[in-house]
Amino acid sequence: MTSSSLDWLPPCEGWKEAVARIETDADPWSRLIALANTRLSASQTNQIDRIRAKVFSHVRPDSLTTRPLRLAVLSSSTVSHLLPAIRVGALRRGIWVETYEAAFGAYHQELLDSASALHAFAPDVVLFSFDAPHLVGALPVSASQEVADAFHAQTLERLRVLWALAQDRLQGLVLQQTIMPVALPLVGGNEHHLAGSSHHAIARLNVALRGAARAASVALVALDDQVVRHGLYAWYDPVWWLRAKQEIAPQAAPLYGDLVARLMAADQGLSKKCLVLDLDNTLWGGVVGDDGLGGIVLGQGSAEGEAYVSVQTYARDLSTRGIILAIVSKNDEENALAVFRDHPEMVLRRDDIAVFLANWDDKAQNLRRVASALGIGLDALVFVDDNPFERELVRAELPMVAVPELPEDPALYAPLIASAGYFEALSVTAEDRARASYYRSNAERSADVAQAADLPAYLASLAMTLSWRPFDDVGLNRIVQLVNKTNQFNLTTRRTTDAEARVLVEDPEVIGLQFRLVDRFGDNGMIGVIVARRDASDTLTIENWLMSCRVLGRQVEAAMLEVLVQVASEQGIRHLIGCYRPSAKNGIVAKHYENLGFTAIADASDGTRYRLDLESYFPEGGPIKIARG
Amino acid sequence: MQPDAIYPLLGEIFREVFTDPTLVLTPDTKSSDVAGWDSGRMIELIVAAETEFGIRFTTRDVDGMARVADFVRLIAQKTGSAP
Repeated sequence: MTSSSLDWLPPCEGWKEAVARIETDADPWSRLIALANTRLSASQTNQIDRIRAKVFSHVRPDSLTTRPLRLAVLSSSTVSHLLPAIRVGALRRGIWVETYEAAFGAYHQELLDSASALHAFAPDVVLFSFDAPHLVGALPVSASQEVADAFHAQTLERLRVLWALAQDRLQGLVLQQTIMPVALPLVGGNEHHLAGSSHHAIARLNVALRGAARAASVALVALDDQVVRHGLYAWYDPVWWLRAKQEIAPQAAPLYGDLVARLMAADQGLSKKCLVLDLDNTLWGGVVGDDGLGGIVLGQGSAEGEAYVSVQTYARDLSTRGIILAIVSKNDEENALAVFRDHPEMVLRRDDIAVFLANWDDKAQNLRRVASALGIGLDALVFVDDNPFERELVRAELPMVAVPELPEDPALYAPLIASAGYFEALSVTAEDRARASYYRSNAERSADVAQAADLPAYLASLAMTLSWRPFDDVGLNRIVQLVNKTNQFNLTTRRTTDAEARVLVEDPEVIGLQFRLVDRFGDNGMIGVIVARRDASDTLTIENWLMSCRVLGRQVEAAMLEVLVQVASEQGIRHLIGCYRPSAKNGIVAKHYENLGFTAIADASDGTRYRLDLESYFPEGGPIKIARG
Repeated sequence: MQPDAIYPLLGEIFREVFTDPTLVLTPDTKSSDVAGWDSGRMIELIVAAETEFGIRFTTRDVDGMARVADFVRLIAQKTGSAP
């Protein structure tokens, strides 16, 4: 948080012994992931990468539950010292990455030449890493404002051309590293008065990159932000620049690798979704059960009280941007709730919390309950607790839950959580901003289900309306997000890119449907997607069918089928073909097509195929009203 | 630090960087004696030594490093007990 290292991870106990055991372990991949989740130095990061390469020299690990990636780094100076750290950053998230490094300076030719080694490598992710002199070194200090403006526009255009080339020819996710502010000021605080200043040119370009990258669906590796946090010389060492043309200092490599890995993980839906907070000495000072409502430290009047306010404010702001909040605390529920209800300095309110568990059960058990109440995986949770014992217990029992190593001072809790990048996202949609409230009302719905003995009556009481539309430009971002992030209710786990989805909107052979669900608790937002392709004149094959797990168990899938059948019939379709491709996470839809009345027709190597003849299909008339949106 | 105290610590760094628990350093050990000692590993060695001993090598120091004895001499100087 205050240095360019992995401060949020716990230190590794017994490093040498742990390293020595990996190769003979029954499950070396899990051992490597566990070690990658400790506070590695640059040298330890390289060691882990070498052991990984040795153990898995020819084969990928069997137990991989994530999408393996091929990353090409296109750079203007040395990046070979960063590749191990990128691979270990991915390993930290259970992702298998193979890397390719273009000869530096040759990236443009390699991009253009479809016979190049870069094209043969066929990357899923392309990272542009350009040093500052490469981008702004040609700007003369003596430049006039007009010359400097033209230079700025040209540089930006150069980058746009490269992004477009990478997107069109390699079809991958494109990452652009922002520019390290390494050029020295010549004026000082008013550097912007000098048109030809490289220092100012970098600052200006970094601002412009935000808009340009967003417009081009390129994700930024924001090194300039990191430099603001840690200082330039934590990231850049002039000695290494001169010796080895390494603009990013080797000491900063582990954090650099983590920053890149966060984006690759976010792209496949592996970012965390829920922040689970302890109460005593985490959200306020003291123990409410002992000290009473008036005795806890919170709010204006003391620095410590304000520190806890800063933790709560950060949590509330995260919730506003779409992160779900939960409470897991060893407390009597009434004591805990009283603080939320009656303490005047509380920033968080009971309404901000989707799942509130104050009891005396062990925390691992409670975390399982949080995940299950929300319908998300344990690997989507971050658990924040000041107590080292509870942290260790959870790490040991639930290694997939992220548990940041909190500093002693509560003033530093929020900065530390922020530094870990748990909630990294490539873009923010309106759905993201509303998500926390969906999950809150979802938790209310679950509570209702628990009380309602009669499920059909309960579902009817929800007054659900499923509204559907063909794919359109407005919905495209959310469609791509759902397709790429949904792991459980996903029949084929077939991912897509912005570019591919855009093509589907126009393709006359494709039926693309997006679904929203509204009920009496509120709007659930876009919760489902179907992509189907006509392959014979009267047969339609369902390539993608997925649904958000927050509307599971509500017969939404039957209503989705009803819509698909209706749209397909209007186009003269008489048969539907569906396919279930098993993955590590989509077991809940193994019986999906059978449940909907399809007949299994074939087991192929990549899954089971099912068929439905439309003349034998009759809608069930479930609890959901259907409307064209 | 005295050279005698530096050798074991530096040896540990070399063994980690080259993932070779049997590696033993002598003053004359040089890059051609150790498998894998290329410019990339040299950077790892320097970074690890700087961290371990809390020192900084200058550009000129690094240019002049050829043998293990050069590492040890510089570390001894910078930690405040030149032989």
